[in-house]
Amino acid sequence: MFSRDKWSEILEALTSNWFRTILTAFGVLWGIFILVILLAAGKGLENGVKQGFGGIATNSMFMWAQTPSKPYKGLPKGRRYNFKISDVAAIKQNVPNLKYVSPRNQLGGFGGANNVVRGLKSGAFNVYGDYPEVIKQEPMDITSGRFVNYSDIEQNRKVAILGAGVINDMYDPGEEVIGSYIKVNGVNFMVIGTYRKKGNNGNPEENQKQIYVPFTAFSQAFNMGETVGWMSITAEDGSSITDLKTQIFDVIKSRHSIHPEDDRAIGNFDLFQEFSKINGLFIALKAVAYFVGILVLLSGIIGISNIMLIVVKERTNEIGVRRALGATPWDIRGQILMESIFLTIISGMCGIALATGIIALVNMQLDGVDTSEMMFANPSVDLGVVFIALSILIISGLLAGLIPAQNAIKIQPVDALRTE
Amino acid sequence: MIEIKNLHKSYKMGSNSLHVLKGINFSVAEGELVSIMGSSGSGKSTLLNILGMLDEADSGTYTLDGLPIKNLNEKIAAQYRNKFLGFIFQSFNLISYKNALDNVALPLYYQGIKHKERVDIAMSYLEKVGLADWAGHLPNELSGGQKQRVAIARALASNPKVLLADEPTGALDTKTSYEVMDLIQGINDEGRTILIVTHEHDIAEMTKRIVNLKDGVIIDDSKVNQVRALSNV
Repeated sequence: MFSRDKWSEILEALTSNWFRTILTAFGVLWGIFILVILLAAGKGLENGVKQGFGGIATNSMFMWAQTPSKPYKGLPKGRRYNFKISDVAAIKQNVPNLKYVSPRNQLGGFGGANNVVRGLKSGAFNVYGDYPEVIKQEPMDITSGRFVNYSDIEQNRKVAILGAGVINDMYDPGEEVIGSYIKVNGVNFMVIGTYRKKGNNGNPEENQKQIYVPFTAFSQAFNMGETVGWMSITAEDGSSITDLKTQIFDVIKSRHSIHPEDDRAIGNFDLFQEFSKINGLFIALKAVAYFVGILVLLSGIIGISNIMLIVVKERTNEIGVRRALGATPWDIRGQILMESIFLTIISGMCGIALATGIIALVNMQLDGVDTSEMMFANPSVDLGVVFIALSILIISGLLAGLIPAQNAIKIQPVDALRTE
Repeated sequence: MIEIKNLHKSYKMGSNSLHVLKGINFSVAEGELVSIMGSSGSGKSTLLNILGMLDEADSGTYTLDGLPIKNLNEKIAAQYRNKFLGFIFQSFNLISYKNALDNVALPLYYQGIKHKERVDIAMSYLEKVGLADWAGHLPNELSGGQKQRVAIARALASNPKVLLADEPTGALDTKTSYEVMDLIQGINDEGRTILIVTHEHDIAEMTKRIVNLKDGVIIDDSKVNQVRALSNV
C-alpha cells in the first residue's frame, strides 16, 4: 500500500500539473488555517480570562452565617448565630474529599473607618485572621519575609503580613517594613512579611490593601472568642465543591439547630459554579471555532473533490490504458484516493504550519507586553488539536477522493481504444 | 492459441438492439500473424475488444491458450490482460507525463515487479525497438513512429501470449507505417502470435493471414503470401 512505486506514481500524477495542484491545495490549506487560528484565538482568550483568576483555587466556595428563616427546635427564626471554630473540625471530619477548610475572621471592609495606625499615618484596610492554608486558595506572591505558619497559630503570635497597597499608604518609600510594628484597632502587630496578589478578579487595587494575621491571634486580640466569620472551603481535585456543599451545610445545620430545609441560614458563594459557567462559555467558543473551521475546510475539500473529478475526466484515456495494461479496479481507485488524501494532508500540514507560525509570531509580540490586563494570553493549540485536525484531514481526503475514484473505475478500457 | 466458437454479440441501443457479431468461428494458432479487415461497422473492433477481454460476448466460447475466458470479474480480467495480452493502439496511448522507459515499465508495475528489475526489463525492450537512447524522453518529444515503437515495447514488456493491435499504423504515414510493420513482422518471426485490425490492404498484405469481416460474419479467411515490409521502405 505504501510502496515507493505507489508514491512515485502519485507524485508524478500530482506534479504533472503544478499550478492546478497548488490552487487546489490552497483551499484545504486555508480551511485548516482558519480552524487552527480560531481554536488558538479561543484558547488565548480562555488563557487570558483564566489568568485573571490569578491561580485561585477555583474548586472552592465561601460561606458565611446568615439568619435562619425558619423556627426549629424551639428556636425562633430571625435569630443571630455564628460559625464556631469547632465547626471547622466537624466539617473536615464529616465531609470527605475536602482539601482545605479555612476559617477566617475579618475587620474593616469596603468603606470602613480607619482601623490601622502607624505613627502619624492611618488608614482603612481589610484585616484578616487566617490559617496558613489560605495562601493555597488565594495565591499571592510573598515579596519579602514569610506568610502565617502553624507556629504563629499555636502561639497566638501577633504578627502581620502586609499588602503592597498597605505599605504604600503607611510607610515612606525605602523604609524598612519587616520587623516594624503596625497598630490594628489599638493592638500592635509585628510585620513579618509582605505580599503582592496576582490576577485581576474582584478589585485588584483593593486586593493589595489587605493585612493578614494569624487566626488565633486575631480572635484573641479582637475578642472574637470561638466565632468564625466565614470559611473558604476547597475540594480535592477529583470532586466538585458544588456537589459537596450540601453535605457541608448539613453539618453546619445540625450543629447550630437550623431547620434542615432552611436554605437561607447559610450564605455561600460557589466559585466553582461561576468558574464552570465561564468554562461553558469557552466550550461554546471552541464549538463555534470547530464549526466555522470545519465548514471552511469543507469548502476546500469540495474543491479537491471537484478537481479530482476533472482530473479523472482528463485522464479517462490514461485510466483506460492502465486498465488495458492490467490495472485492477482497486489499483485505479487506490491511486485516485491516495492522490486525494496525499494532496489533502500535504496542504493541511502546510496550513497547520502556517497557522502555528502566525501564532508563534503573535506570542512573540505578546511576550513583550503585560497581558494581565488584556484578557488574552498565550494563544496556542495543543498537540491533541493538531491530531484532531490531521484526522479530519485524512477522513476528508478520503471523502474527497471517493466520488472521483468511483467515477474513475467506471471508465472502461474500451473507451481508451475509442479515442479516434 | 485462440479458439472462438459461435460468438455472438449485440448492443442495446435504446429499444432496438444491434446485432454486431453473428456467430464468429475463428481460431489462431501459435506464431500466426493475422489481420482482421472489414469496413467500419463490420464488427472488427468489437471482435478485438472481446479478444482483449475488454468486452464480453453474449454467447459462444472463447479459449485463450487452453484457458476458457468466461464470466470474468474486473479483477481477474485485469490480471489476464496483464499476463496474456499486449495492446497496441492506433493513437499510441502513451501516458504523457511518463518518459518512454516508465511507459514501457507500466505493465510490469501492475505485475508487482520491483523497480530495479522493471527498469532492466523495460530497457531491454526499448533496445529491441531501437529506442534505448530515447528512454528518458517524454512522449511529446517523440515522433509518431517512435511513439508507436514505445507502445510496441510496452505491449511486449509483460511477455504476453498474444499481441492485439488496433489499427497500429492508422495515425502514421506510409513510410513510418512500413517501419512499424517491419518491427511487428520481426516480433512475429520470433514466434509471437499477433492480431492486427486494419482497413489498409497494404498493411494486411504484410500479415500471413487475412480475415475479412462483413456485417458481423467472417466472409473470407485465407492465408496470404506475406509481403516483407522492409522491401517497401
